[in-house]
Amino acid sequence: MAEKDIALMAHLMRRAGFGASLDEIEAKAAQGYDSVVQELLNPETQDAVDEDLLFRYNPSYYEAAAIENNVQQWVWRMINSPRQLQEKVALFWHMIFCAGHSKIDSGQEMGLMVDIFRQKGMGRFDDLLLGLSTNPGMMYYLDNTESHKTNLNENYGRELLELFSLGVGMDEEFNYSEDDVKACARAFTGWNIAPPYPPFPHGRSPWEFRFDPADHDTSDKTFLGETGNWNGNDIIEIVCKQPATARFLARHMYNFFVADEPQIPAWRLTPPRDQKAIEAMEKAYWDSDHSVKAMLEVLFTSDFFKDEAVRYAKVKNPTEMVVSLLRMTGEFKGYQPGLFDASQEPKYMGMDLMNPPTVEGWHTGREWIDSGTLVERINFASDMLGNTELEGVKSLVNRLMGMGDKLSPEEFVNGCLDLTGPVVVTSDTMSQLIAHATQEGELSHGNDKEQSDFTRRTGEMFQMIAATAEFQFE
Amino acid sequence: MVQTKKDPVLAVLSLSGGNDGLNCVIPRNNSHYRDSRPTLAVPEDQIIPITDELGLHPTMGPLKKYWDEGKLAVFVGIGYPVPSYSHFRSMDIWHTCEPEIIGTEGWLGRATKQMDPNSENVLTSVNFGRGLPRALVMDGVPVASVGNLETYGLLTGIEGENQRNDALDVFGRMYAPAIGTGAVMDYIHQTGTDALKGADILSTAPDKYSSSVEYSTTAIGQYMKNIAQTHLAGFGTRVLYTTSPYNGFDSHANQAQANAGLLTDVSNTVDNFMTDLREHDASEEVTLLLFSEFGRRVIDNGSGTDHGAAGVAFAVGEHVKGGIYGTYPSLEPSQLEEGGNLKFNLDFRSVYSTILEDWFQLDPEPIVNGNFERTKFFA
Repeated sequence: MAEKDIALMAHLMRRAGFGASLDEIEAKAAQGYDSVVQELLNPETQDAVDEDLLFRYNPSYYEAAAIENNVQQWVWRMINSPRQLQEKVALFWHMIFCAGHSKIDSGQEMGLMVDIFRQKGMGRFDDLLLGLSTNPGMMYYLDNTESHKTNLNENYGRELLELFSLGVGMDEEFNYSEDDVKACARAFTGWNIAPPYPPFPHGRSPWEFRFDPADHDTSDKTFLGETGNWNGNDIIEIVCKQPATARFLARHMYNFFVADEPQIPAWRLTPPRDQKAIEAMEKAYWDSDHSVKAMLEVLFTSDFFKDEAVRYAKVKNPTEMVVSLLRMTGEFKGYQPGLFDASQEPKYMGMDLMNPPTVEGWHTGREWIDSGTLVERINFASDMLGNTELEGVKSLVNRLMGMGDKLSPEEFVNGCLDLTGPVVVTSDTMSQLIAHATQEGELSHGNDKEQSDFTRRTGEMFQMIAATAEFQFE
Repeated sequence: MVQTKKDPVLAVLSLSGGNDGLNCVIPRNNSHYRDSRPTLAVPEDQIIPITDELGLHPTMGPLKKYWDEGKLAVFVGIGYPVPSYSHFRSMDIWHTCEPEIIGTEGWLGRATKQMDPNSENVLTSVNFGRGLPRALVMDGVPVASVGNLETYGLLTGIEGENQRNDALDVFGRMYAPAIGTGAVMDYIHQTGTDALKGADILSTAPDKYSSSVEYSTTAIGQYMKNIAQTHLAGFGTRVLYTTSPYNGFDSHANQAQANAGLLTDVSNTVDNFMTDLREHDASEEVTLLLFSEFGRRVIDNGSGTDHGAAGVAFAVGEHVKGGIYGTYPSLEPSQLEEGGNLKFNLDFRSVYSTILEDWFQLDPEPIVNGNFERTKFFA
C-alpha cells in the first residue's frame, strides 16, 4: 500500500468521520478511495449501530431524560457507528442549527433533535429545514411557541434566515430585509407544541409538534419579493431556491469538512477561501434539487479536498479531538465502563455537546484554543496516546517494532508520527522530537529489557506528539 | 470604597443545583414556613437564631461565629426579574448578567480584563474544577482552570520526574515563538507558552503551603484549600473561583439528609478557609462570596423541594459589614411568584456592582450591563 494512499484515507476518515485505527485505515485504503466515499455517503448500505446491544449494555440510555445520558449515547454512537459520516453530519448540523439544553431543559428533546440531523442530514435540504421547523425543541428554543397571530415573536423567523439558511449576506450585499424577517415569522405563527402531558405519575413524555390554524396569520405576506398567503412550508420552499442558501451551505461544508473559514458573521464581506470549490458545491445543489449528499459527494471527491494544503488546516473541535483519540486507541468499543467521564471531556475543552453557548453556536477554528482548553486538550491526548496498556496503543507499538530490529532516532520519530496520523510537523518540531529521541539513542527490542524500554519510549514519544501544536489540527 | 493593604481578592464558591434558601436562612417564627414545609421544616429549637425573625440551619454553626463578629453579610430575597427555573439558564444569568438575551461574556471575565487589560499576569483569575464557568469567560483573557492543584500541569501523565521534565523542556522549545508558520499556529504557540508558564507557577503553590487547618476531603473542601494555597502563594491572583459538585444542591428528594451534609461541609469549609487565611495573616484582602442559581419552592413535595425563584447568598470577609441585606420575601400565598415561589427584591447585580465598585474599584456598569442600586455591605 502506497503511503500517500494511507495518508489520503486517514484524511478522509478524519473529516468524513471521527478518524480510525490504523488497521481500519489500511483496510479502507485497500478497498479504494471512491468506494469508501460511496459507503460514507450512503449510510443505509452500512450496518447500523446495533441498538438492542446498545440499550442492553446501557439501559439508562433508553428514552433517557437526563442530558448526560443523551450526550453519552451520542458519543458512543460516534465511536461505534459504522456509519461514520452520518454521525459527523449530525454534528455538523448540531453546530449550525444550534439549540441547547440550557433552555430546553430536556435531554430527551436534545437527543430527538440530533436524531433528526442523523436521519435527514444528508437528504434534501428542504426536508431537513421542515424537520427542524417542526421540531418541538427548536420551536421552544427559538420562541416560536411564543409567536402568535396577534403578538408576533420574530426570533425563529430571523434565525431561520440569518443562521439556518441564507446568512446575513453575500458578495457584500444583504440577503434579506427586516420586512422579510417579519413576513417569515408571520408565516410560522401557529407552529407550536401541543400542551404536554403532566409529568406525574409516569414521568415526562416527549413533546409533540402541533400546528394551530386558529393562531396562524393567514393574511398575504411579501417574502423575498414573492407575495402570497404563505405558511411555513412555503417559506422553506422559497428559501431553498435562493442562491444565498446554496452559498451558505457550501461555505459551511467547506468550513467544517475542508478548512477553517473566517467566523460566519464575516461571510457577507469576506469572500470564500476557495471560490471554485464553493461554486462546484453550489452547482451540485442546483443539479440535484437541493441534495446535501450531492454537495458532499462533490466535496469528498474533489481535488480541493484531497489537496495536501488543506490537511491539518483545521483546528480539531473538542468532540473530534476526544472521539478520534478514543477510536485510535480502541476505547469504548462495545461495552466498557467509564464513558460518562470520557463524554464530559469535550465540555472541559469548551464544547458542551447538546448545550451550545448561544444560537450562534460555538466559535470554531483558533477560538477553540485558550490557555485552559489547551491544557485539557494536550493532557487528554497525551494520556490516551501515551497509555501503552490500551489495545490500540499496544498495536501501534507492535507495528513500530515490526519496522526493524533496530530503529535510529530519526526512524523512530518518523514511525511514531506516521502511526498517529500521519501527523505532519514543522521542521522545528521535528528537530526537537529527534533531539529528544537521540538522548537515549537507537532503539531495539531483542530482549525483555529492550522491549520494555522500547514500549516506554514509544509511549513518551506519543505523548509528546500529542502535545505538539500540530496535533491541535486535523 | 474599601482600602486594603494588599490588592483586593474575590473568592467565589458557587453552590450548584439551587440551594434551598428557605431552609438555609430560616424565617423561624413564620407560621407559613411550618405550614408549607410539613416534611422539611426545621424544629424551632434547633434553628440558630441570628435576628428576631431569622435563623441559620442547625448545621451552619461554624458561620455563626462570623455573624457574631459582624463579618457575615446575608443576602435574602436575592434573584432577578422574571425567574428562570432552568439550572443552566439561571446559572448563565448569574454568570453573564444577561437575563434577557443569551450572553457570552462572564462578569468576572470582564472584571479580569479591566484589572489586567494586557494579560500581563496569566494567573489574574484562576478557576478550580474542570471546564471554565461562564462567569470567567471573556475573549482574550487567559484563565487557568485547575482540576487538581497537586497534579496540575502539562503532560502530567508522564511518569518519572526526569522524564517529565525532559518532556516539558521539549514542549517549551516546541512552543517557542515560531516565525512564518501562520497566524493560528503563532497564536497556539503563544497560548501554549502562557499555559506552561501558568502551570509552572501554580505547581509551586502546594509546596509553599503549610497550615494547621485540615479541610474536609470533599471537592468543596479541597478546592477551597486550593484557593487558599493559591492566594497564600502570592501570585497576584485577584479572582479565585470554584463550584460545588455539579447540581449537588438540587434537592428534589431526600433533602433533609442530603442538605444537612452539604451545609455542614460548606459551613465548616468557610470556617476553615477564613481560619487558614487568618493564621497566615492573609484574610484582610479577601472577600468570599457564596451564591446559588435559585432558591426552591416554598411548599415541600414530601421528600424535597422543586426549583424556585429568590434565594439567599452570603459574603464573608474582614471588610464585610455583617447584617441582613434585602428583605425576606413574604411567604403569604398571595405574595408568591406564580408557581408558589419567593419573589426577589434584591437584584444579584446590586451585589456584583458593589463588589466591583467598592472592592475592586472598577466601573460596574459595563460589567453588569446597567446601573443597579448598590448594596453597601463593605465596611
